[in-house]
Amino acid sequence: MIVEIGHFTLILALLVAVVQTIMPLVGAHKGWRGWMAVAEPAATVQFFLLAFSFAALTYAFVTSDFSLRLVAANSHTAKPMLYKVTGVWGNHEGSMLLWCVILAFFGALAAWFGANLPDRLRARVLGVQASVGVAFLTFLIFTSNPFLRLEFPPLNGQDLNPLLQDPGLAFHPPFLYIGYVGLSMSFSFAVAALIEGRVDAAWGRWVRPWTLLAWLNLTIGIALGSWWAYYELGWGGFWFWDPVENASFMPWLIAAALLHSAIVVEKREALKSWTILLAILAFGFSLIGAFIVRSGVLTSVHAFANDPERGVYLLIITGIFMGGALTLYAARAGQMQAKGVFSMVSRESALVANNVLLAVATFVVFLGTIWPLVAELIWDRKLSVGPPFFDAAFTPFMVALAVILPIGSMLPWKRAKIMTTLRPLWFVLIATFVVAALIWTIQSERSLIAPVGIALGVWLIAGAAVDIWQRTGRGTFTHRLGRILRLPRADMGRVTTHAGLGVTFIGIAALTAWQIEDIRVATPGESFRVGSYDVTLVDVRQLEGPNYISTMAEMRVDRNGSNVATLFPEKRIYPVANMPTTEAAIDNGVFRDLYLVIGDPQGNGGWSVRTFIKPYANWIWAGAIIMSLGGLLSLTDRRFRVAAGARKTPKTNAGVPAE
Amino acid sequence: MIRALCLAFALLVAAPALAVQPDEILDDPVLEERARDLSKNLRCLVCRNESIDESNAELARDLRLLVRERLVEGDTNDEALDFIVARYGEYVLLTPRATGSTLILWIAGPAMLLAALGIAAVYIRRRRPEVAATGLSEAEKARLSQLLDD
Repeated sequence: MIVEIGHFTLILALLVAVVQTIMPLVGAHKGWRGWMAVAEPAATVQFFLLAFSFAALTYAFVTSDFSLRLVAANSHTAKPMLYKVTGVWGNHEGSMLLWCVILAFFGALAAWFGANLPDRLRARVLGVQASVGVAFLTFLIFTSNPFLRLEFPPLNGQDLNPLLQDPGLAFHPPFLYIGYVGLSMSFSFAVAALIEGRVDAAWGRWVRPWTLLAWLNLTIGIALGSWWAYYELGWGGFWFWDPVENASFMPWLIAAALLHSAIVVEKREALKSWTILLAILAFGFSLIGAFIVRSGVLTSVHAFANDPERGVYLLIITGIFMGGALTLYAARAGQMQAKGVFSMVSRESALVANNVLLAVATFVVFLGTIWPLVAELIWDRKLSVGPPFFDAAFTPFMVALAVILPIGSMLPWKRAKIMTTLRPLWFVLIATFVVAALIWTIQSERSLIAPVGIALGVWLIAGAAVDIWQRTGRGTFTHRLGRILRLPRADMGRVTTHAGLGVTFIGIAALTAWQIEDIRVATPGESFRVGSYDVTLVDVRQLEGPNYISTMAEMRVDRNGSNVATLFPEKRIYPVANMPTTEAAIDNGVFRDLYLVIGDPQGNGGWSVRTFIKPYANWIWAGAIIMSLGGLLSLTDRRFRVAAGARKTPKTNAGVPAE
Repeated sequence: MIRALCLAFALLVAAPALAVQPDEILDDPVLEERARDLSKNLRCLVCRNESIDESNAELARDLRLLVRERLVEGDTNDEALDFIVARYGEYVLLTPRATGSTLILWIAGPAMLLAALGIAAVYIRRRRPEVAATGLSEAEKARLSQLLDD
């Protein structure tokens, strides 16, 4: 019964979304206040209807209602409760419902916290947001309905893909979707502004928190996915340039560009039409991402719903929204008059450079991702574009970005003197070169990856420190120290995020350059040396888990005679899904991870064993966490708060204490 | 009993082989290093999107052995790759060769960057502040004196 009500509220939500699209947009056009006012209650209702629908589906999963086709195909009674719940979005239909819920949630947020927006703009934003909802709800209900029943329910389900039964991956999709879908808000604001024909500093201020919210969640989502790949797939890679990964990376890059250009709109009223274009493209890449993941046109490790019919529908959605928005853009962008002027050397120019690098880097990733498709369609050439291409074609942009970042973020607005800005950075610059030279001399490899990557990381982190220090102005040391905490949160957020990027740079460079790998056959009791560690295969046992069978090895790791860790790498088989997985055992450390994998039994009673020493691996994700924390800090800046100005008014009747 | 059943089941399910097997590794570390580098650039044809260095598939293992065989016989890296491309097609290469239409893919990045920098430079030049106030035009001067006279 609950499931049927959930199905019903889903359909109802579609109808509400249709109303929410038409009435506010028409109302805003004609100036009918009553019609415009429909937007907010409609957004709220739509969200609660979908939330109920989602809860109903979750209920079906939790109670293992196998009469529901989706539950039968993706769940099992023996599955731990956590994965019964996360199984709701571990499949195409459920994840699409989650997508719609988040879409409606953002609409509702805009309705709840949009009191400071002009009525007309708010009505249009909510209308456009609802139109995206209409498209996805139609897609959900007509091609991927999660509430379809089975005529003959099976006794038990087919289980969720064991690779997905993992805490890292369980929470990866929600964050990712908040990111993807959050960009729909930026899109709605952009389209609403185009309809209005006006973009001003206030618009820049309104669009920024939504983009920030989307971007920081996207950061967490991508980091979780990468972390999962690192420990789950058994060889410790963290990024594969797989189409599906690129699908999440492209919106991230564009959103990062948008965040920066929106600052220029807000502070200087320039780059307006470019910012609008970025806002449209950011969501466009989210849509393309959805298409890539769910259509299966590009072969990927992760694709979980390869259905051409759905692909076509998603392509149509992408086409309509991008085509429509870009046409509107072409018609209206000319009206966006830039006001601010600035010289060649200025914060504005630096942000333009940031945008050029990020946008072109995105374009390179995009081209590499779709190139196999293009080559086959046009030249009938079947080819692959893999990690070596992306590493070579993408990395230079990030290097250039890191080089200019600390300087750019400290340049004054309007007109700057490069030497004045560089003055406090000289010391950092020298330190950076010293670090690079030191690493180059110490390391045994003749590779530039580590010296360049780590030096850039140091440059970013130290640059961020100098940046915040300069912001404290003049005065004694303690005075300035005290001022740091009182700086605007946006400044704190900026330097935190930039430093986080530096931490990630260091992690990626060190891991790529210095990883040690050892593959061998070891018999129980045997010891061998990897790097400066002695690894002993103590024993191998067979065990049973709740819904799997495990081959577990006990391995001891010593260094200089003292025990560092005892690890238990596993190989599991999930009988229901008939699928094996490797569970690497990892001893996490600040400066290195020990990463052990147990393989197959060999003829002589030995086991194949892989040992990795992965230097600075955790810095990659630590950097991502710092980046998202920076985003969060920035998001809490006073000027983004709801009605920041209104709350400032003191209580008039409270009386003023005598001084 | 249940344990025995589970074990029996476990044996029925084909266990995955780890990517690179200990028995594949060449004795010569230099050759092995080269083989690993080449493997990272070769696609496992039956997998979804993995290099043969990462893949657990049988075919990937065959290809890894083939690469090592070629290297042992004295092929250079390029010769070994040519040998494999001749048999499996260019689809097997994860780094597309910069020939023919693929040249576009390789050039697109730098070309776009140049174009974008050009556009940005033009934009920034246009946003440059007017160099000093140019004073009033003749017509404006006339209008001003007229206003002052009034």
